[in-house]
Formats: sequence, C-alpha cells, structure tokens
Amino acid sequence: MPEERTVTLNMGPQHPATHGVLRVVLELEGETVVKARPVIGYLHTGIEKTMESKLYYKALPATDRMDYLAPMSNNLGYCLAVEKLMDIEVPEKVQWARACLAELTRVNSHLVWLGTHALDLGAMSMLLYTFRERELILDVYEACGGQRMMTSYIRIGGLAHDLPKDFDKKVRKIVKVVRERLHDYEALLTDNEIFINRTKGVAVISAEEAINYSLSGPMLRGSGVKHDMRKANPYSGYENFDFEIPVGKNGDAYDRYLLRLEEIRQSLRIAEQALDGMPEGPYRAHVPGVVLPPKEDVLYKMESLIFHFKIITEGFEAPFGAVYQAIEGPKGELGFYISSDGSNKPHRVRVRPPAFVNLAALPLLVEGSLFSDVICAIGSIDIVLGEVDR
Amino acid sequence: MPMEEKVRSFLKSSFGDAIIREDNFREQQSFYIKPDALAPICEELLHDGELDVRFLSDITALDWLGHEEENNGRFEVIYNLYSLSHRYRFFLKVHLPANNPEIASLTHLWQGANWLEREVYDMMGIRFEGHPDLTKILTPDELEGYPLRKDFPLTYEVPQFSWNKDQPPEVIK
Repeated sequence: MPEERTVTLNMGPQHPATHGVLRVVLELEGETVVKARPVIGYLHTGIEKTMESKLYYKALPATDRMDYLAPMSNNLGYCLAVEKLMDIEVPEKVQWARACLAELTRVNSHLVWLGTHALDLGAMSMLLYTFRERELILDVYEACGGQRMMTSYIRIGGLAHDLPKDFDKKVRKIVKVVRERLHDYEALLTDNEIFINRTKGVAVISAEEAINYSLSGPMLRGSGVKHDMRKANPYSGYENFDFEIPVGKNGDAYDRYLLRLEEIRQSLRIAEQALDGMPEGPYRAHVPGVVLPPKEDVLYKMESLIFHFKIITEGFEAPFGAVYQAIEGPKGELGFYISSDGSNKPHRVRVRPPAFVNLAALPLLVEGSLFSDVICAIGSIDIVLGEVDR
Repeated sequence: MPMEEKVRSFLKSSFGDAIIREDNFREQQSFYIKPDALAPICEELLHDGELDVRFLSDITALDWLGHEEENNGRFEVIYNLYSLSHRYRFFLKVHLPANNPEIASLTHLWQGANWLEREVYDMMGIRFEGHPDLTKILTPDELEGYPLRKDFPLTYEVPQFSWNKDQPPEVIK
C-alpha cells in the first residue's frame, strides 16, 4: 500500500474566520499547505440576472446587497454607469456629496476589515473599537437614506434627498474622532510583536504576479504598484481633491495593513475637503423623463407629477450600446458593464467584483506556507462573500 | 499620438484582417474581432512594451437571443483590457455562434483569466479551449443550464414544506 503523505482538510463554509461562507479545500503535508482550492458560490443569489428584469431605477437596490459593507460605493458605480449610458451631467454639489459619502464608505469598510482581521489573528479588542467608530458612520447613512446598511441613497442623476441638515457637523465629528482613534489602533497593532509575527512575510505577492492575477485595490498597491482609479481615471469630481495614494513595498499582509490604515487617513482628508468646498445647488440633475423630479416639485407641479409617474411605471429607454464605468471601491476596481438593447430595462448588467478577482489569487498566497497563515491570507485579501458570489 | 490612435494603428497594422469593425460609443474604444485572432492579439498586446497592456480587467459575455444583433452570432464575449502606465481602457469583443460557442482560453497569458472564464462558462455556457479547470464556480453542481442566458427563466421558488413540496417554481416575466 502506498504511503499517504498528505491530508485533505475542509475549511469552511461555516468557519468564522472565512468571513462568510467561503470554503477552502486544503491539502496538507504536516502543517504545510501543499494545495489550496477555494470553493465559492454558497451565497449566489443571481443579482445580475435579477437586475436584467428590472427598470434601470428599480435595479439600484440590488447593488446595495452585493458588498454590504460598502453600499454607497456600489450605488455610485451603478449610477455613474447609467449616467454615462444616458449621457447625464450631474450638478457639482451631487458630485462632491457623492465623493464624500464614498470616502466614508471606504472608512467604514476598512474599519470592519481591521476589526475582523485583528480578531482572526487573536487581537479581539480591536473589533469592539472599530465597530464603535463604524457606528458613527452608520448614523450618517441613517440620516441620509433612512437605512443603516442598504442605503440606496445615491440615485440615477443625483441623490434620493438633499443632504440632511446636520450632515456637515456629523461628518466633521467622524473625521475628528476616527483620526484620533487611528493612533490607538496603531498603538495596539503596529508594533505588537504577535501581530507582526503573524503578518510580516505572510501571504506575499509580487507586483508582477499581482498584475498577472488582475488584482486591484490594496492587494495591488500593497505590492508597490501605484494604481488607483480615483487618480488614474477620475470620476465624480475626484480631480478636485488633494490626496495621496499609499503604496506598500513587500506585498505581504503587514504592508497591506499599514496601507489600509493610511487609506483611512486619506479618505478622511478627502471627506474634509469635500465638506469645506461643498457647492450650493440642486441635489438632482434636471433631465425631464429620465431623472426623477424632486419630491417637492411633484407635490405642486403638474409636469413633474406626470414625469414622476411615467418614470416609475415605464422607466426610460436607453440608447443601444454598452458602457463600462469603474470606480475605486474599498476592495479594488469595482466596475459596472451595462449593455443596453434600446429598451427600458438593461440587457445585461455585469459587475466586475474586486473581491472575486482578488480571491482567485488565494492559492498563490498560501501554497507552501503554514496552515495558520491561511487565516491571515484570507483576512488580508478583504473579501465580502456577498460580492464574491453575487 | 493619443493612446486611442496607437491602439488602432497597432491592431490595423498587425491584425488588419481580423478586425471586423470598431465602435466608439460614449468615447469607449472597442474592436469587434474574429474569434481565431483573439489569443494572438492578446499575446502581442501583452508583450508590446509601448502599449503596455498588462492588465486584464474583466471578461464577460452577453446573450443576444431574439435581438437583431443575433445575426452576427448569438453570444458576445467581451475582454476588458487596461494599460496601467497609459491609464487607458479598451475592449475586444468577439461574436460566437449559438451552437457550441467556444473560444481560446487566455489563462496561459493571464492567471486572472482563470476564474473570470470559469464564471462566463458557468453563467453563459461558453467553453474556453485550453482552460486548466473549466468547472462550475457559482451555481450548484446539480443545476442544469446556464442562468444568464436569455432562455433561462427567472423563477421564484416558494420555501418548501410538506404541503407544497410538489409545487413547481413560479416563473417571473
């Protein structure tokens, strides 16, 4: 009988450190991973198919439910793509408000990542601290869109409502509080010997490999490739803001940790600039028949009421063609490819999910390393299974 | 020379026969090419130092069933390419027939194509020749058919109990 050298271990799909329902089939030789095969699809809900059967407006809430830690980024990507398809120019105030909200979303997503990643590696207290700060951001979401997670606040051609009255005050408080508390996080982790031992030199990927695997976001920048959609192909007024793109050097989990902390800082900078320069103006573009008229008008003006009714019941017809709009989501390049056949429903909506593409590199990150490093690698990719499976 | 011109002249000079038409809808450059030419074009693009197209952003597919576009071939596979140094994005598009849609895999050029192609296979049923592991990725193993095809119905399944276990799922129009 031949001697068995390897053991196959099934990790997940209900393992708490897999951040949802990811299953990894590992082939182990002793404690060393010989082969890793991620198995996904447990959360597949057919969001792309659902969106095909809905009017352009009504497909929007489906986007919230993909990456549920970054709803505003998903809304923004989808709305920008539809606006590109319909050739709509949104008012300046909308652009700035969207940028501000998208940056808060990045902070939100990174905070959850930081808490859960540290929890996986044994630093439990981080989770409590980061969720405390996240609460402030969810409060802003609630004030804007009425919901704390599935906001659908960014709409085609503008926003759902005008910004709330105390928006400025609330966001400034977040900027101040998170900026201060970042020092606490760093004090807890950056020089923490256990954390360094668990992350330094773990899950390494070189710049060449990162590009070859189509990685994006912190996974790509952690390896030293300075690429960020906000700078490369600015959208939604990002060319007006002054910010840096942090890059890592070694492409390991520790560099990605430092990089994400720095990204939180830069996001706070952008949010602050957006508040300082927030222009006055309408919160929705004036495009009769395509963009919903403001609610105030619907109550008092006949034409607005007619357009409102028409858009809600039969939607608008988009020209034949296809557009792609990519934004820099918290996890990487989040793209929406919308193909239109000339009717009032999208012919096909393709989401380019950053977490899905990044997760494909997991075997490369863990093969040859120790079993306990698999947890660290999954954490440092920053996946949300809702987006991976859609 | 702007990047748009560079890509066009590169493709026209090296692969003039393979290009069917160019489309510039909303300032997005896309080329419809013949299926056989895809892998050679991508290989040239990847190794061309000047264009520097090293990033395969996305692969996706459309189903044109019942649309006049179907005359070119029912399926359309879209390759989304990006040049990191020029910050320029363009698309290569390929039409494939309804019967046995098949195209060369790009996994030998980009590792990132692996999962993207598997997803297209799972959702649209397009086969990628030369793919190392062309298996289902998102849908369960027992599911038959390809969900994103237009002839696959969108259904609503009521939670099953003993009293309704034989009830078929409702089709949403």
